[in-house]
Amino acid sequence: MRPFAELLDRLVLTPQRNAKIKLMTDYFRAAPDPDRGYALAAIAGTLKLKIVKPNVLRQLVLERMDEVLFRYSYDYVGDLAETISLVWEPVATGKPASADLSLGAVMHQLETAGRANVHGLVRDLLDQLEGSSRFAFLKLITGGLRIGVSARLVKQALADMGNVDVTEIETLWHGLSPPYVSLFQWLDGKAGKPKLDMPAVFHAVMLATPVGDNDLASLDPKDFAAEWKWDGIRVQLANLAGTRRLYSRSGDDISGAFPDILEAADFEGIIDGELLVGGTMRTNRATRTFSDLQQRLNRKTVTRKILEEYPAFIRGYDLLFSSGHDMRPESFLTRRAALSALIEKAAPSHFDLSPLVPFSSWEELDRLRKEPPDPVIEGIMLKRLDSPYTSGRSKGPWFKWKREPYNVDAVLMYAQRGHGKRSSYYSDFTFGVWTEIDGKDVLVPVGKAYFGFTDAELEVLDRYVRNNTVERFGPVRSIRAEAGHGFVVEVAFEGINFSSRHKSGVAVRFPRISRLRTDKLPSDADRLETLLAMIGTPESNLARPAEPI
Amino acid sequence: MKPETLLYPTPKGLFCEKGGFYIDPVQPVERALITHGHADHARAGHTHVMATRETLDIMRIRYGDDFSVSTQEARLGIRTAIGDVTVSFHPAGHVLGSAQIAVEAAGIRIVVSGDYKQRRDPTCLSFEPVPCDVFITEATFGLPVFHHPDDRSEIAKLLTSLKQFPERAHLVGAYSLGKAQRIIALMREAGYDAPVFIHGAMARLCDYYESEGVALGDLRPATIDAKDKQSFAGAVVVGPPSAFADKWARRFPDPMPIFASGWMLVRQRAKQRGVELPMIISDHCDWPELTATINEIKPAEVWVTHGREEALVRWCELQGIAARPLHLVGYDDEGE
Repeated sequence: MRPFAELLDRLVLTPQRNAKIKLMTDYFRAAPDPDRGYALAAIAGTLKLKIVKPNVLRQLVLERMDEVLFRYSYDYVGDLAETISLVWEPVATGKPASADLSLGAVMHQLETAGRANVHGLVRDLLDQLEGSSRFAFLKLITGGLRIGVSARLVKQALADMGNVDVTEIETLWHGLSPPYVSLFQWLDGKAGKPKLDMPAVFHAVMLATPVGDNDLASLDPKDFAAEWKWDGIRVQLANLAGTRRLYSRSGDDISGAFPDILEAADFEGIIDGELLVGGTMRTNRATRTFSDLQQRLNRKTVTRKILEEYPAFIRGYDLLFSSGHDMRPESFLTRRAALSALIEKAAPSHFDLSPLVPFSSWEELDRLRKEPPDPVIEGIMLKRLDSPYTSGRSKGPWFKWKREPYNVDAVLMYAQRGHGKRSSYYSDFTFGVWTEIDGKDVLVPVGKAYFGFTDAELEVLDRYVRNNTVERFGPVRSIRAEAGHGFVVEVAFEGINFSSRHKSGVAVRFPRISRLRTDKLPSDADRLETLLAMIGTPESNLARPAEPI
Repeated sequence: MKPETLLYPTPKGLFCEKGGFYIDPVQPVERALITHGHADHARAGHTHVMATRETLDIMRIRYGDDFSVSTQEARLGIRTAIGDVTVSFHPAGHVLGSAQIAVEAAGIRIVVSGDYKQRRDPTCLSFEPVPCDVFITEATFGLPVFHHPDDRSEIAKLLTSLKQFPERAHLVGAYSLGKAQRIIALMREAGYDAPVFIHGAMARLCDYYESEGVALGDLRPATIDAKDKQSFAGAVVVGPPSAFADKWARRFPDPMPIFASGWMLVRQRAKQRGVELPMIISDHCDWPELTATINEIKPAEVWVTHGREEALVRWCELQGIAARPLHLVGYDDEGE
């Protein structure tokens, strides 16, 4: 248990992606089976355990401890599992000290314990485990493990461990289950790649590279098809041998949030497409923005009301399997024709075909890219007509050519120190624009950016923050920002999300600081209304701004 | 005579009227008895200071030779009369030179613990329990949550990370007096013999520890100019915690922020400070040490000062020991 507990403690406090991967790969290399498989499941969120209720834990600790002292402790720490792990005073259990306390053994005990015995088992284990392991154990059994590692990142760590491509892990992922012994045997080089017998598993998606400065000059427009790049999320829908699944681009199973789409999928095969909210082109209703789609994301289940208000559909891009037939070796043109036929017969309310954009020269396409016919378009996709469907991102067959970003002038409001190389720099900036609240012009935050500037510009920003700090809240500094005194930056961004966390009610997407505008005063910065008008968001759609803090 | 009249709290600090002295006063006074050299306990500007030789040396290093008008060395275990009162100093196990101060008059003995800990520390003498009527204990970590682990396991975390991330400079934030030297000494005990780089602020104190027989091995100033940045890859740099948020830290390649402190036990505290590798090493008692000390000394009464007083008072009540909080102000526990 201890190596896993130490891994968790490190992961929670490690901000850098590569350092997280290193910590996980080292652990996976060193830990035995089945421990590492359970650890993997815990991190990736695939571990199924009976959940122990907080009240049971509270009872356990109060058997041993004065209630007042416990309350003081809990008030100070603020987290029940952590408090109990820290205050627990082990007593001799009478069990041999050599008892197996590996993660695998603990999981096995929990899995086989009858409901009536859980109480006593948890008490015994708390007595046997040391502090850090008690914490990990309590987090596991209360289902409260939050470690800031995405499923994608842990798959990357597995790929690094076995020196294989991450798409191979993604393809296998949904066909395997904890404790993943066959997976680790393969990554260790001790066995062959696991064979999957379950259909409808995820197939790693094909990705595009951005159009570089000189890429198009050497390419012939006649070799390519162009499509709009829609601003939803890329998904894969599989319906094979009676199993239906919807996966995100990185292979996360998001079926639970989209029962409407699964139900409507009455064709056999696997399609690749964009998940969007609104009406399909076949029903002549408008495609709605990403912020509407957001209402449907990150949910385990959905209510009838949400289903009605935010109907989801898939705009088809590609066909991987037609019934059980693997279409991936076929050319784009062939796959596209088969996809078109499939969607023709599918439910018009939930499926349409991403239209091709006719063009004869790159200049013409560039013009179309800059003025797309729909606000939910974020650029152009270029696909080689003769290209097969290959997983991953290789340069050549597919290109993405994004619309120009939006730009606003905003005022720096808060700054926070960065991590790693930037731990002594104020490098994470919350910026805001003007709006009128109660008859007065005030700055409201609309986003947070931590890149886009050069190292030399960072020196300038850092100096400004240090010399113009108004207040400190822990690691955050509030910066002087008044109409006549403050720091204006040009922020480039891709769109706007609704956000109840920001006082403005919105947050810009993918913001970066593109220029320092030392020539401007905060009074010259943009207004919230300007920002909303840019992306054609009617203000009535805005979430009600939160009360001023 | 009641103990409350022998020693009582005032805005300047704990005052002994009969002897005309303060213990660890927070403002300049005529006569001060100092338990140890940390800045919040040992301040400059008193007229007369009595403390252990090491504490007086440390005050001289920190404040210059004129930190007080006159000084008097307190020898451990030796009883000295001040007016109608007898005082004696006893090891507290907190940092080099740290002492508890016993104050006696009319058959009553009060022991002021100062800051103390009850576990092995290669850089200072161990705590010695002194029988007394009233024990004045600190309560910096006076909550049942505080269980400081074995310091060897914490040092092992650092050594493991050095192997795992040999390209990163490991920046260990540690209080300049006591904690820094203890960390270095513990690393040496664990077999780490590479040079340790130290912040300028702790150089003189490290020299002093060495001169007092605490071996710290190869110490070098962390002041190589910027073009030599890579020479700190995989190195251990020890400095005061505040320096790591400062521009000073920019000279190091991809620094890993580490903080050696008892507070690091609580994960949220580590996260808030941006610490990547918390080392739970404290120069104060944890909860089991506090309660074991009281059980060992068995004083008639316990007075609790700076820290989480209410929990320790509650615990004493549950044990049937009279206890009350002293509400002294001016002692800072954040740097611990």
